[in-house]
Amino acid sequence: MIRLTAMFSLLASTAMAGEIWVTNEKDDTISVISTETLEVVRTYETGERPRGILFNSDYSRVYICASDSNAVQVMDPNSGEILHELPSGDDPEQFVLHPDDRHLYIANEDDAITTVVDVETRKVVAQIDVGVEPEGMAVSPDGKIAITTSETTNMAHWIDTETQELFANTLVDSRPRHAEFIKDGAEMWVSSEIGGTLTVFDTATQTEKAKMSFEVQGVHPDRVQPVGFEFTAGDTHAFVALGPSNHVAVVNAETYEVEDYILVGRRVWHMDFNEDRSMLFTTNGVSGDVTVIDVEKREAIKSIKVGRFPWGAAFRPTGS
Amino acid sequence: MKHLVSGALFGCALTTFASAETTLTIGYLRVEQPAPPTLSNLDPIPEDNGLAGAQTGLADNLTTGKFLGQNYELTVAEVFEGDDPLAAARDLLSASPYLVIDAAPKDITAIADMAEAEGAVLFNTSAGDLSLRDAECRGNLLHTIASDAMRTDALAQVLVKKRWDDLVMITGTHAADTSYAEAMRRSLTKFGLSLEAEKEWAFDADMRRNASQEVPLFTQDFGDYDTLIIADEVHDFGRYVLYNTWQARPVVGSEGLTAVGWSPVIEQWGAAQLQSRFEEEHAREMTAQDYAAWAAVRTLGEAMTRTNATDPETLRSYIMSDQFELAGFKGRPLTYRDWNGQLRQPIAIAHPRALVAQAPLEGFLHQTNELDSLGLDRPESKCEAFQ
Repeated sequence: MIRLTAMFSLLASTAMAGEIWVTNEKDDTISVISTETLEVVRTYETGERPRGILFNSDYSRVYICASDSNAVQVMDPNSGEILHELPSGDDPEQFVLHPDDRHLYIANEDDAITTVVDVETRKVVAQIDVGVEPEGMAVSPDGKIAITTSETTNMAHWIDTETQELFANTLVDSRPRHAEFIKDGAEMWVSSEIGGTLTVFDTATQTEKAKMSFEVQGVHPDRVQPVGFEFTAGDTHAFVALGPSNHVAVVNAETYEVEDYILVGRRVWHMDFNEDRSMLFTTNGVSGDVTVIDVEKREAIKSIKVGRFPWGAAFRPTGS
Repeated sequence: MKHLVSGALFGCALTTFASAETTLTIGYLRVEQPAPPTLSNLDPIPEDNGLAGAQTGLADNLTTGKFLGQNYELTVAEVFEGDDPLAAARDLLSASPYLVIDAAPKDITAIADMAEAEGAVLFNTSAGDLSLRDAECRGNLLHTIASDAMRTDALAQVLVKKRWDDLVMITGTHAADTSYAEAMRRSLTKFGLSLEAEKEWAFDADMRRNASQEVPLFTQDFGDYDTLIIADEVHDFGRYVLYNTWQARPVVGSEGLTAVGWSPVIEQWGAAQLQSRFEEEHAREMTAQDYAAWAAVRTLGEAMTRTNATDPETLRSYIMSDQFELAGFKGRPLTYRDWNGQLRQPIAIAHPRALVAQAPLEGFLHQTNELDSLGLDRPESKCEAFQ
């Protein structure tokens, strides 16, 4: 216990100031956690059923998928005021902001559509037919490729952002939930919740390069369900939320081997790091809290109560 | 605004990526079963019960198929009372070896035994009878509807967990009631429980007028007990028992706390999406039979997606293999039991307003798969057609 406290204060003093913004799916709120004090410092109201959340590149705007309000809300993160709403198509769940800071790619879960919205003109630029229940969204660092994964069709759909058309569709295991480009866009990773796997694609050829599965001791494989994941600095390791197994896996992104499992709260969904990526914050849907993980030690150091069914998480620096 | 967004750009991107399209035709056969009269007319059975689920499954398959150059068709036949179900089944089977069936157990086995059904893949989406998963099983017949035993095992787990072990039961007189009651007795024995008393419901009064007078007296001689089980699968009298019993005790079984394959109150595990998709298409809530038909059509879709084949040998062997898994909005992959063709699935414990629990409940362990603590397990089933 003493050791834990010492380590904790060390972490807090070296970490830069910042906040983790967490959407609470069944409270219609955002809980803002200070990465210094590890406490909820503010709570903001949102539209109905907030899920996906992200900031623009200079952190002057926060975008929120208000799924049941059928809108993406644009909030001023300094005041918590909703500035306006963007047309998002029905039931927006996850989204990603193009590196041009202008185009949001939004998965419309109920409509089998990906909607592209220009955040400046506030107009829909394109709607792209994808598989049933689109969810995971990613965009390559050079901005040329956007990805939508569809949960019931079980595919990653590859979108050419110039033409806004699909140029490839690749099958993955059941219920793909999340996608990320890493290694300067050379690899694209997709998690499959019911399949229990993480698939690595070679971006250039859109072919499968590796596939990982997980084993948590004492948990039936059916309940080990990879959902959200994020990468440590330099893309060396992925931290993978394993849903109702209540664990986060640490995966070596070079060898594609699982190195560790960390016990967190119940039904872990998504996550984000603090600024220097020394701490990871996971949203735990069922237990209604956020687990803070010491990334280097690979240990859970605190859980923070937030609203009901926390879902998305996004980091915002506040200056030190 | 919403309308404008989807209207403007909806039709522009129906891109197909494969040059040649292959089509999988699926037959859907509904054999009308006369519904016995019930005391209340509050809940009409939807005319497209089951079929609507198959149609939603078809739409899901089609969306996936368009990215792979795979097409799906559903051919529907309905047989009314007095007509020959076998002739209709023969017609459908001559067009496709895949047949989704909504019929009484005796018709299902008769169809499975026809020469035309040899090598076909049939799905039972309507009959929970234990015998179809037991000695009366057929090698060409899979079951996506949960068996009665899976449902009663699920409830028995709740009774054990809550330590409600002083149990009494009221049984209706219809065949479906008695077979449910039989499944319940079997489940109670399986989980170390027993019934303290049983009564048969044989009234012909109209309970809308006097349930509050008759039910207390009818249940008074049960004495004290923990829980009252109702076996009323035709939903005749059960609804009038709740809150009218002599003792203030929970009611479970066909009414009150029920164990079901699907319910409109399921929303976790992405189920909210399937529910809203279904409700938008059919303007009503999704029933357990709709879900079973959806699962049958999606099973075929999943098999074709993964194998790129349309012949029944390839699809059947994929469906029965370790590779197959269906994401069925129940939080775990769904697979088929290789000893009797039953779709393994969690069972919802629900009342009409909310999900209470999902079986298998925590603590009910099994040497290979906890889902096999529900229904006929490998050593229990007398089915030999799958060996």
